[in-house]
Amino acid sequence: MSTIDQSANGTQLKWPASKHSSRIYFRRDRVWKWASNIALVIMAFIMVAPFFWLVSSSLKSQIEIFQSPPVWIPERLHFENYTRALTIKPFGLYLVNTLKIVILNVVAVVLSSSFAAYGFARLNFPGRDFWFGIVMATLFLPYAILIVPSFMIFTRLGWVDSIAPLTVPLFFGGGAFNIFLLRQFFRTIPEELSDAARIDGCSEFGIYWRIIMPLSKPALVTVALFTFLNAWNDLLGPIIYLRSPNNFTVAVGLSSFRSTLDVSWDLQLAATTAVTLPIIVLFFFSQRYFIRGIVMTGLKG
Amino acid sequence: MATSSISKTSKIRLTPTMRRTIVGYIFISPFILGFIFWFLIPALASVYLTFQRWNLISPPTFVGFDNIERLFSDPLLGQSLKATILFTAFSVPLNMALGFFLAILINRTFRGIAIFRTLFYIPSIVPAIATALLWAWMFNTEFGLVNILITAFGGPKIPWLQSTTWAIPAFVLLSLWGAGSSMIIFLAGLQGIPDIYYEAAEIDGAGPWAKLRHVTLPVMSPIIFFNLVLGLIGAFQSFTIVYLITSGTGGPENATLFLVLYIYRTAFRNMNMGYAATVSWVLFFILMILSGIVFRYLGRRVYYEHEAE
Repeated sequence: MSTIDQSANGTQLKWPASKHSSRIYFRRDRVWKWASNIALVIMAFIMVAPFFWLVSSSLKSQIEIFQSPPVWIPERLHFENYTRALTIKPFGLYLVNTLKIVILNVVAVVLSSSFAAYGFARLNFPGRDFWFGIVMATLFLPYAILIVPSFMIFTRLGWVDSIAPLTVPLFFGGGAFNIFLLRQFFRTIPEELSDAARIDGCSEFGIYWRIIMPLSKPALVTVALFTFLNAWNDLLGPIIYLRSPNNFTVAVGLSSFRSTLDVSWDLQLAATTAVTLPIIVLFFFSQRYFIRGIVMTGLKG
Repeated sequence: MATSSISKTSKIRLTPTMRRTIVGYIFISPFILGFIFWFLIPALASVYLTFQRWNLISPPTFVGFDNIERLFSDPLLGQSLKATILFTAFSVPLNMALGFFLAILINRTFRGIAIFRTLFYIPSIVPAIATALLWAWMFNTEFGLVNILITAFGGPKIPWLQSTTWAIPAFVLLSLWGAGSSMIIFLAGLQGIPDIYYEAAEIDGAGPWAKLRHVTLPVMSPIIFFNLVLGLIGAFQSFTIVYLITSGTGGPENATLFLVLYIYRTAFRNMNMGYAATVSWVLFFILMILSGIVFRYLGRRVYYEHEAE
């Protein structure tokens, strides 16, 4: 690997003056490369250690979990921790409730934010920049000031104890960050494509739906994944708006584990592993799009 | 739906400018409506609530400036501000430094780099509820991994989550585990730097350190700035993890009573919506001032590659 790099560099260097100095820099580069390789491995260990500890603890017996010196790999894998942890509460029902919210959120955000982003990115009309300024302002405003008054409004609307407060607002714009991200992406698509479609008599809505959307898959997947994660992880919204246990989400169900002392550590950790796994699997499947989506939008002003 | 309204309007012979305006506003109308319904109206309602006492059960009553006066004699608010500021002051810079460091480490191409990228990023997509339960266990005084490692190197057992001194450092450490989210944004920026810049620097005799100092950092400054502002806003509003780990108490002895947790507790545990709205405004003004300072002193130093269009 490194020999290939070296020869490639060698053929590129055409400045005779740098012959001497390039050797010094080559040596320095190698030290640099090794130092960063070692740092890479150390950091990987630090980042992964908690996961290892989580999974290992979740498969321990009650006795092993409190042993010192610690048991790194349990003698017998106690998979029954998982079945016990996930039957303390009706997690099947919680999962269905969570998925309802998550799916509605993803649909709402992808459609709504791309629609608005198209207006901001590809159309020119008076007032556009003013409204885009508002988008950016809401991005930087703290959501916390809205917690209490939103609750008041949703109480008036009679939406408390339903999923409406957690889903309906997202159909209106889908969040400033998402609009911003998609606008940046849409702007990179050549204008000639839209012009060609316009000449063929395509409406703006048609251009948005048939040309821009299909070309923006990486960015849309990124937005969808962010939305999925936010909805799946959200706790503040559900604990404020969902009152009856029949409506609880997985996060709300799990949150009571910490406060009730009768749920032992091995079961808490088994449940923790169980909610983490689907996210990691989902990430593995979408990461190719995801990282590309972020890299291509560039997130620059 | 939108198409039909466009064709209807075009029958009445509009000038091209008017047409474009109408079409444009149709596209951004969901955002405008959302802004009015879920932003403007709640913000006004929040101003209204500042002057009310309301416990959700009986109708709100006007109390004048009572809520605002209470801000100045509320020891819990002081404690809450202290905890929030302390956490933000350490977690944001450390997070950014670690995120930047990781981004530089993985901004190379060799086989297997994708695995490292994924490993570094995954902690920041782990559900907050899982992060909380996991780290509550990691910080367990007797059996947690953190203390096992510390004692292995001869250190003392630290009562992380039980001591008022160590609780904030524990949350800062925990937040560093999520540095992957700033890493990914930095990585995006690093990949956008043209190779020519580095080649030019090399010709001038720049080593790795000089390249970092004189090429990478200046070009990345808009992204660093963006991450800093969003990081400040995010850290200032930390809620979920601390709510979960401390079971909503902000303990020990309110040492981790972050502002949003205090607002939540005031509103939904003590049923004092008016005062909760008032405390929210304190958070709002502090963040505005902080962002203002950041924009004023750092915004000018940001280097823009191409001037704004």
